[in-house]
Amino acid sequence: MTILLLDGRVAADEYLELADDAPLPASPVAVTVSLQRWQHEANALAASGSKVAVRLANTVDITTLPDSLLACPMIELLFPAFADGRAYSQARLLRERLGYHGQIRARGSAVVADQLQGMARVGIDAFVLREDQNPETAARALHGFDLAYQGACDTLPRVRQLRRSTSATR
Amino acid sequence: MYRYDSYDQKLVDERVAQFRDQTRRFLAGQIPDEEFRALRLRNGLYIQRFAPMLRVAIPYGLLASRQLRMLAHIAREYDKGFGHFTTRQNIQYNWPQLERVPDILADLASVQMHAIQTSGNCIRNITSDHLAGAARDELVDPRPYCELTRQWATFHPEFNWLPRKFKIAFSATTTDRAATQVHDIGVHIVRNAAGELGYTIYVGGGLGRMPMLGHPIREFLPELDLLSYLEAVLRVYNRLGRRDNIHRARIKILVKEMGPAKFTELVEAEWTQIRDSELRLDAQDIESMKSHFDEHPYEPGAADDTSFAAHLRQDSAFAAFAKRNVKDHRVDGYKIVFVSLKPRNGVPGDASAEQLDILADLAERYSFGEARATHDQNLVLAEVRQSDVYAVWQALRQYDLATPNIGLLTDMICCPGLDYCSLANAGSIGVAQDITDRFESLDYLYDIGDIKIKMSGCMNGCGHHTVGHIGILGVDKHGEEWYQVTLGGSAEDDASLGDRTGPAISRADIAEAVERIIAVYMQQRHSEDESFLQCYRRVGMAPFKARIYAEDGVSA
Ligand code: HEM
Ligand code: SF4
Repeated sequence: MTILLLDGRVAADEYLELADDAPLPASPVAVTVSLQRWQHEANALAASGSKVAVRLANTVDITTLPDSLLACPMIELLFPAFADGRAYSQARLLRERLGYHGQIRARGSAVVADQLQGMARVGIDAFVLREDQNPETAARALHGFDLAYQGACDTLPRVRQLRRSTSATR
Repeated sequence: MYRYDSYDQKLVDERVAQFRDQTRRFLAGQIPDEEFRALRLRNGLYIQRFAPMLRVAIPYGLLASRQLRMLAHIAREYDKGFGHFTTRQNIQYNWPQLERVPDILADLASVQMHAIQTSGNCIRNITSDHLAGAARDELVDPRPYCELTRQWATFHPEFNWLPRKFKIAFSATTTDRAATQVHDIGVHIVRNAAGELGYTIYVGGGLGRMPMLGHPIREFLPELDLLSYLEAVLRVYNRLGRRDNIHRARIKILVKEMGPAKFTELVEAEWTQIRDSELRLDAQDIESMKSHFDEHPYEPGAADDTSFAAHLRQDSAFAAFAKRNVKDHRVDGYKIVFVSLKPRNGVPGDASAEQLDILADLAERYSFGEARATHDQNLVLAEVRQSDVYAVWQALRQYDLATPNIGLLTDMICCPGLDYCSLANAGSIGVAQDITDRFESLDYLYDIGDIKIKMSGCMNGCGHHTVGHIGILGVDKHGEEWYQVTLGGSAEDDASLGDRTGPAISRADIAEAVERIIAVYMQQRHSEDESFLQCYRRVGMAPFKARIYAEDGVSA
């Protein structure tokens, strides 16, 4: 059983992962499809009435995606290996460059407690925890640090801003 | 010196707590080996030949007395009584116990130190000129820019899982003392024709198995744009750097395969998008950072002292020390004193707890409470009143820290090699000692003059052999230790990679080979003023090669 962590809490996963050769479900549900399928079968997917989210390989260049993707309710980013951090940049570009407001979900070998806060900081807000992960440890790790040196896609207080405001009130 | 405010302290403390928890979960079997490895590396912890090794950051080389004392305490309490200074302004301990590392990190945090990102595929310790703020030839003090960069790089959420390690170095002089051109990013602080301050950015330098010099991808970057530009470079690298082959994963390979022009284009395009984001510094950020590196209260009358000159005349041993280990400070009446960690029969870069404590005392008493670590594995007391230099020397001498050999042949860079490192092909410390033994005469060493011998125990190049005037690289030949020699490398402004002399040389003959190389130089040089490097560049490899491999000697 995979566990989905959403907004820091365990949540039910409504999405069904649809392989490229699997038929569209007869009745409307929520599915994830590959970018390729999403691009090639746009009309059929829309006609199915299903809620369609897109899975992105971590090699996809975010800046070349069509604007229509922004309407997608969810984009799933893949972390194929524990130390492969490409999707961190993808997430940030989705949020900051494309202004994507939907859910960004992380799936794969790197979705472990020790990486969650970093992922959250680049704009990922849902985590399909790797099988061996303890959800409490993971939820706790989301709050390991409560400050940050850099601006990113999160709400942690920024050190540089804090300093600017303390020196302004001095 | 930069002092943490409550924010810096909080972040470092939170990191210690995080790593303590990770260590606990690892020991409880909840984190797989390979993953704990990646996490511990980001906290400076390697597992080496005999024991774990902990690498502690000394950002841009600057140390306060109380930090030196803590380093001494750690050496005593958790190690075998010494530490090893590296070529990247870090100190390494070779014998800590894994279970106690969180305690070491907590001790470090109590004096505003850490081991964060000293290893692993992330942005490493930011290094700079060890004479920053004291050198006569610098444009501005680079350390405020280094500290701004350090903070930007620390726990950067996007760049913690890069294809490979990433090293950034700063220089603000035309005599690069930070080896910037062999870094992933080298930042040169410069002024443009209009007199504005900014940076020239080099990307794609590196040592290791495919050594390369950096490419200048931007001639002039305005002062306030530093962080946005670094972010653009890192983002391009994180997205496009190779991850299929660890030996081709450094940014230098990306730049090479794509071509510097194309790479620059991608960086510039990315930068255009983020240049005006919150990454842009404001003048106040820089000003307040600069105030952390304020002028010391130098004594106005310091230059009136006559005792320094008198001691030079009266004490020839002191004069020998001053000749090599003392340099002029930018303020008249003050001197920069180099502490040699290259004594005869010592391990290059090693310092004992006792020595660290003494240095802390000397720094406190004579150098505004500060010392620096150099990239050639020595230490510096950079702010000593000239009237105090004699007393400092006497104290250093008592603790074997006053070998008058800075910049000379015996001031070698040397990695730990087979003695400690599990990746080594060959020993390097023993070779350094054999070479030192052959050059006993100080007069001869002075006569040879400035020369940099750099030695690594394998092609990873931790000892910078590729940029040594003489480089020595340990190779494995059928289970035996052999050495590949290169000549003519340099890590300074005239950076170049050394040329191979020919076949590798056996352990028995390597010291002899160095002696012959020096003999050729002494024969060939125009005058004492022509350094080894200049001479080599003029006469080329042929005479050296002929002599090294001549019949009567070394087996190759
Ligand atoms: C004993 C444990 C050590 C291990 C396992 C180790 C490992 C490595 C490896 C694998 C590389 C090659 C990286 C690459 O080519 O991408 C490397 C490079 C390097 N290491 Fe070490 N090292 C150790 C100790 C040291 C020490 C003691 C120093 C300083 C004296 C040092 C400084 C460096 C430097 C300057 C480089 C070259 C960086 C570059 O390629 O640009 N390391 N190290
Ligand atoms: S150069 Fe090789 S032998 Fe020397 S420390 Fe680095 S990895 Fe170890």
